[in-house]
Order: sequence, then C-alpha cells, then structure tokens
Amino acid sequence: MSRTIIYNLLRFIVLVFIQVFLLKNISLYQVVTPYFYILFILLLPFNIPNFLLYALAFILGITIDAFYDTPGLHAASCVLLAYVRIIFISITVQKEGFDNEPEPTLGLMGFRWFFLYALILTFLHHFFLLNLESFRFSQILFTLTRVVFSTIFTVLLMLISGLMFFKKKVR
Amino acid sequence: MRNLLIFISKYNAFFLFIIFEVSSLVIFVKYNNFQKATFISSSNEVIGNIYLKADQITDYFKLGITNDSLARENARLRNQLKSSFYVDSSSVKTVTDTIYKQQYTYIAARVINNSFNRRNNYLTINRGSNAGITKGMGVISSSGVVGIVINTGPNLSTVQSLLHENTRISAMLADSNNVGSLIWDNNLDPTKAMLINIMKQVKIKVGMPVVTSGYSLFPEGTMLGHISRLDAKNSSNVTGFEVNLSVNFSNLQYIYVVTNKLAQEQEALEAQEKQ
Repeated sequence: MSRTIIYNLLRFIVLVFIQVFLLKNISLYQVVTPYFYILFILLLPFNIPNFLLYALAFILGITIDAFYDTPGLHAASCVLLAYVRIIFISITVQKEGFDNEPEPTLGLMGFRWFFLYALILTFLHHFFLLNLESFRFSQILFTLTRVVFSTIFTVLLMLISGLMFFKKKVR
Repeated sequence: MRNLLIFISKYNAFFLFIIFEVSSLVIFVKYNNFQKATFISSSNEVIGNIYLKADQITDYFKLGITNDSLARENARLRNQLKSSFYVDSSSVKTVTDTIYKQQYTYIAARVINNSFNRRNNYLTINRGSNAGITKGMGVISSSGVVGIVINTGPNLSTVQSLLHENTRISAMLADSNNVGSLIWDNNLDPTKAMLINIMKQVKIKVGMPVVTSGYSLFPEGTMLGHISRLDAKNSSNVTGFEVNLSVNFSNLQYIYVVTNKLAQEQEALEAQEKQ
C-alpha cells in the first residue's frame, strides 16, 4: 500500500519535471508539442477510488497550468482524461481477476491492450486540450494536424518508457 | 430520496466528472479573460523561484551568445558617446542645454522564462514593482520590441509577448512615416508578423524597415523588422504586409523595460477629453 503511494508520488514529480524543463521547449515545425505528463494518470492502480482519481488528475493539471501560465486549461483536459480512463477500463478489464493492487502497465497488460489504451486516451486528451487552447473553428484543420502528430509523438514516448521499465508479470 | 442517492452513487464517475470539469472550465474562462491576474502563474513566488534556479543553470550554456550580443550593444552605444565625435569647428563654447529633458528611462532585467511556440506567449522577467515596474509598460531588447508588462509581483513580472493575439502595436514605415498597426497573425511562426491598416496609396517595397510610431508605448523609432512579403493574408482574411521580426524570440536573455515619464500626464489629459 505505502509502496504504491511512494511510487506514484515519485512518478508525479519526475513527470512534471520532464514536462516542464524538457518537453516544454520541444516544438517540431510548430506542429508537434508532446504532453507526456499524462502518463501519471494512465498508470494509476486499477482499484483507485473514482474521487481520488479525479482529485489527482485535477491537481496534476493545475500544477502543469501553473508552469505553463494557462489556468484551468490542462486541469480540464486531465479531468476529461480521467473520465475516459474509467469508461475504457470498465469496458475492457475485469477487476476481480487480480491480486494486490495492480497497475495498467505494459508488462502486465500486454502490448496490444496498452497500445490501444494509450492511443485512445492520449488522442482524446490532445484533441480537447489543443482545441480549447486555440478556441476557434477557422483553425480547425491546423489544430487537427497538431493533434494527430502530437499524439503520435506522445504515444511513442509512452511505449519507450514502458519498455524501459518492462517487468513481465503473470495475470 | 433513497432511490436518488442510489442512482447518484451508481453513476458517481459521471457526476464527479461533471463537478471537476465544470470547476476547471470556470477557472479557465475566468482567468483567461482577466489577462491572467491570478496566482496560478509564473509570477507566483514558488513557481518563479523554481524557474529562477533552472535559469541559473541553463545560463551557463548561453554565455557565449550573451557575450556576443552584449559586446555588439556596447559597440553601438559607444558610437553614440560624445567622446566618439570630434569637434569640427575652431571655436568651442559650452552651453548648458535646457531644451532636452529625458522622457524615457530604461530598467534592465533578465528573462527567466520564455515561450514562443504557443498560440499566446508570455515571458517572465526578474524585476517587479520593487524596481518601479508597473502594468502597461513597454519591453524592448537590444534588437527591437519584445512586448508589454501585464502583471507584476514584488520581484518578478509577467510580460505579454509580441507573439500574442491581443498584442497590437502602432507601427510606421521608417522612410515615409505612414502609420499602421502590427499584429501577430495565426500561423504560429515566431519570426513573422503582419503590418495592417496602411493607406492604399503608399508605395511599399520588400526590405523597407518598420519601426514603432510616436503613438505607441515605445520610444518613436524602435526597430520592429523589415517588410518581407507584400500580399500576406491571415485566417480572418485581412490583407497586409508580412514583416520579418528583428527580435529573435528563441534566445532572449536581457531586456529593458521602458518607462515613459510623460505617460501619466498624457493619460490624465486624454481621460479629460473623453468626459
């Protein structure tokens, strides 16, 4: 129990640092802007209470907002991400089959499930975030291009980090 | 009543989602209208200090470039010194000059946080109200106009960059003094801006310099850039002239905040006019 809390706390700090001091400066052709920090919400344990999940998503979003000078923008996107995560997991995973406090990692769930999970959740998050940021219909094509390429880059980063900390577990 | 509670607890994911989403959207809408007059921003002490520390580290990697630009600016300033002109006439007389009084003063500051690749960009600088900076002052660098101060803390200030959709600067062509406005149109290119509202009769060529006019916050004649294309259009179909900005926003280090000593007087007079 306490191990899970410490792991997630460390993950929170490390991901915020990576996002703010490394990825914030990356922008390829004004199109690719990765938002890798959402990996924190993706990797929270399966049996986390809904309220706690939303609260953590909100805190993560507000923290990133404070660094990006965009109050509420990332918070709104992260809360949406948390809702999509609940729906996706309730459709595809049976919670009874697990032993103590599993997390939806690449090693535990297999490549196909994790790839689909990361792709759908990242796409919806980026779609909401970038449209809320530009906030006008006349730029919708440019925004969609940004969404698609940023999603590809973020998912790539997630798969790389998943393989770096790969631990094969039996379900 | 009991049925209602059961219903809510069964679909708690959805109701919690509504609560959290609405509260974050309220924050988003509220604070973006009021030009970020909020504590969740980088002029906040805690976040500002973290940026300050990170900047101190990355500063070392940019020392070469900074030295170069400082040396160039030194050279330019040296050119304006009295001692670098020689006296041409034979009789010399010293006159205490009371015609010229200083109108603009400059406060030097360092950029500790900078963005240039988003739709609306902001900078954070390491001087605040303690150094005499107030909201609405202009900010320039050695190569041209940078932005406008929008929020000050005691030791830090937030600057709305030229690369922002609300920034509009009164500009003119340096050769003919025809006045227009400079805006940043929305192709998100940090090296280009657009000059609009120039009279149709004016002949414009590629390469003409564009400077600030006397109506702006900035001293008249501060560099903005050069005309680079004649038939530019932004997304709302306004035609104008594309301007190659003279400031390189990706490596801003030292900037100057411009204080106009006559600004208060001018504001007070113009407010009287409106009544």
